[in-house]
Amino acid sequence: MSEDIKKPEELVQVDFKPPKKKWSDPSVEFKKGTYNFSALPGNLDYLSLYNPGKWYAPEEKWPVPENWQEIILKGLKERLDRYRSLKIFMDVCVRCGACADKCHYYIGSGDPKNMPVLRAELLRSVYRNNFTAAGKIMGKIAGGRELTLDVLKEWFYYFYQCTECRRCSVFCPYGIDTAEITMVVRELLSLIGLNIHWIITPAANCLRTGNHLGIQPHGFADSIEFAVDELEELTGIKVDAPINKKGAEILFVAPSADYFASPHYYTLLGYLALFHEIGLDYTWSSYASEGGNFGLFHSQETMKRLNSKIYMEAKRLGVKWVLGGECGHMWRVVHQYMDSLNGPADFLEEPVSPITNTRFENTKATKMVHICEFTADLIKNGKLKLDPSRNDQWTPTFHDSCNPARAMGLLDEPRYVINAVSNKFHEMPENTIREQTFCCGSGAGLGTDENLEMRLRGGLPRANAVKYVKDKYGVNILLCICAIDKATLPTLLDYWVPDTEVGGIHELVGNALIMKGEKRTTDLRGEPFVGKEIEKDV
Amino acid sequence: MNVIVSLAAVIVLILLAIVGVGAIGLDYLFGVVIPYAAFLLFVVGFIYRIFSWAKSPVPYRITTTCGQQKTLSWIKSSKLENPHTTLGVIGRMALEILFFRSLFRNTKTEILPGPKVVYGSNKWLWLGGLAFHWSFLIIVIRHLRFFIEPVPYFITMIEHLDGFFQVGLPMIMLTDAVILTALTFLILRRFGPKLRYISLPADYFPLLLIISIAITGVLMRYFTKTDIVGIKELALGLATFSPVVPEGIGLTFFVHIFLVSVLLIYFPLSKLMHLGGVFLTPTRNLANNNRMKRHVNPWDYPVDVHTYEEYEDEFRDVMKAAGLPLEKES
Repeated sequence: MSEDIKKPEELVQVDFKPPKKKWSDPSVEFKKGTYNFSALPGNLDYLSLYNPGKWYAPEEKWPVPENWQEIILKGLKERLDRYRSLKIFMDVCVRCGACADKCHYYIGSGDPKNMPVLRAELLRSVYRNNFTAAGKIMGKIAGGRELTLDVLKEWFYYFYQCTECRRCSVFCPYGIDTAEITMVVRELLSLIGLNIHWIITPAANCLRTGNHLGIQPHGFADSIEFAVDELEELTGIKVDAPINKKGAEILFVAPSADYFASPHYYTLLGYLALFHEIGLDYTWSSYASEGGNFGLFHSQETMKRLNSKIYMEAKRLGVKWVLGGECGHMWRVVHQYMDSLNGPADFLEEPVSPITNTRFENTKATKMVHICEFTADLIKNGKLKLDPSRNDQWTPTFHDSCNPARAMGLLDEPRYVINAVSNKFHEMPENTIREQTFCCGSGAGLGTDENLEMRLRGGLPRANAVKYVKDKYGVNILLCICAIDKATLPTLLDYWVPDTEVGGIHELVGNALIMKGEKRTTDLRGEPFVGKEIEKDV
Repeated sequence: MNVIVSLAAVIVLILLAIVGVGAIGLDYLFGVVIPYAAFLLFVVGFIYRIFSWAKSPVPYRITTTCGQQKTLSWIKSSKLENPHTTLGVIGRMALEILFFRSLFRNTKTEILPGPKVVYGSNKWLWLGGLAFHWSFLIIVIRHLRFFIEPVPYFITMIEHLDGFFQVGLPMIMLTDAVILTALTFLILRRFGPKLRYISLPADYFPLLLIISIAITGVLMRYFTKTDIVGIKELALGLATFSPVVPEGIGLTFFVHIFLVSVLLIYFPLSKLMHLGGVFLTPTRNLANNNRMKRHVNPWDYPVDVHTYEEYEDEFRDVMKAAGLPLEKES
């Protein structure tokens, strides 16, 4: 953590008193630690996006094309005609304020433009000014604002301070979903070349190599092989992890962080152990090796391009259906967009578990099953031998990731699995879990080092709920089913709730799973099982 | 500032009616022409707005799920908070529209020393909103008695229920008291620092307008001498397209009906259209059956994808070296 980050005692002094300056004044200050670096030209070119060259947000001059207002207004008109959601959300807000203190960024920063209502008004005011009769005639009195360069900068600042977590939409009496608005504004900004590095780089890498980090196929194969070796060291069992295997029954797609990053890696070991133990006929793909989709944070077009690989690869390999790993926004794309974007998946079969013969009827069109649905079914049918005491070193709580919670309703499957593999599970307070769960504060492409202060502020509500159960029950691990969570929550917890680990559900499944012929005394992190180390000493 | 602009607008409107009828004697204009025009603009405007929303498609099924999804047979799904059937959606929408389900969730977030982030129950907005909307609806229904002869039984019944407590004479209507209380609450809460910061003239104006309508109504009913028979004659005339303006129905009435006319005209131009929008909102009115049933995007178009062949062409050598299977050896 860099030296100039404020101390927690200081950062938590949030002032909720609105400033003197009216919100309609668009001027923003790009404060260090609260915004993201702009995209690299090479990656924009790879994605065939408009490339304005190198630029830097705090600089006075922005490299926008001369007719940028025209491009944006035309783009907005197009999107109003394409999305009923946008049109209704522009028109019906009554500014009741119910959403205001539901946003993690508002809670952590007190900046009124982080209230969902005002974030939306930033666009709504321009919409009124240019597209409604009242706004055209009465201008400011009708709440209209001219689209100026300052407004553009304000958009860039605040629509990259929304993680598209959709918590506000749970509380809105009209279901206004700020994510819809943020997605549209980010598309508009991209039309004139304003993009951020942390979205465009993973997207370009993913298009080319199949994963966010740009690791080439042999590197991917090495990582999987390395994990197989490591699992053998831990358990004495050499598992098979086929890659690009034609004719396998199931294609498995996980977020790439699972095989490149920690603590994701232990979840990968969990998957490998589980698939071996049940004898699953599956394959990884090096081409479709990324479940995550940063296109969701950029534009529906980029999302569609990246997502296309999964079905294309499933078809090429001739699998029956697709199984997906622990990832949050990946599952929003799979559940709510994939079939519409790149379906129909009529070349696949309706998913049936080869182990339990359970038909996953809820996936009969999209043909993709969530690993928690799959594992919960295995456990319910008694197909796994589990020893939950092998997770006794952990007192876990569970962080519902925004997208599985509010775009799917995947709430009880993960809890069922956790309770089957652990003895000490405790829930966080009810206003912070399930559909009311709080974002990690780093989603939607905002999990960068340069944006750290904003992430820590946005992560306060989540971290504080963890602190509550840590103090009350001694919780020492925050479980989650999202790669961005696993990548960013450790930093957050280090800052707000030191000495709390982050892990995946299938890491704990891997620990509890009793494998035939195993020789193991440690968990997947290589730590001795609690209680077992004493036996060894005796 | 925003509240002053709105207040000024409402005062000007009231004066317009007073001067128009009281001083110039434009009874027919304010009693017949404007109400007809307003009603027409309301109906046409409302329908136009609904159509203009409906014209834009719903390319993706973007339900906000607020409960357990339908998956494995042994996991109980939340049929109303996360509906996967049309019936469930109807239930969810009914809860939303009739009882403001989402607003019922409202909490108040505070950061206490510690730090401790706490979420207190905060149902006042829900209660105030519900009280206002329901009493408004009942009052509108009660008013139908002026437009229909003989008065249908259900209107008389509603009126009886509304006057259930029979306080004083003329009977005090519960909804009159409730709507004024609720409106007072709804406008006062806008003066708190946070709400004042986000409020536009368009937020104060309809509240002040409706308050004025309610006050003139209450004045007529309980305080000024009003010729009810004359008003009924006028209303019935409007409803049967044979308008007459009887003598002596009083200035308050003209102010009242003029403000109602303004409300009708203003309605389709404003945020009041949430009445229509709430039915159409895609995060609430779609079933979460996304993986069960294909949802077609009507404007879908092909995009440039990166095919496996292109990928293999670029990485064939390293894939070969890593022993990965290939489509083409070279």
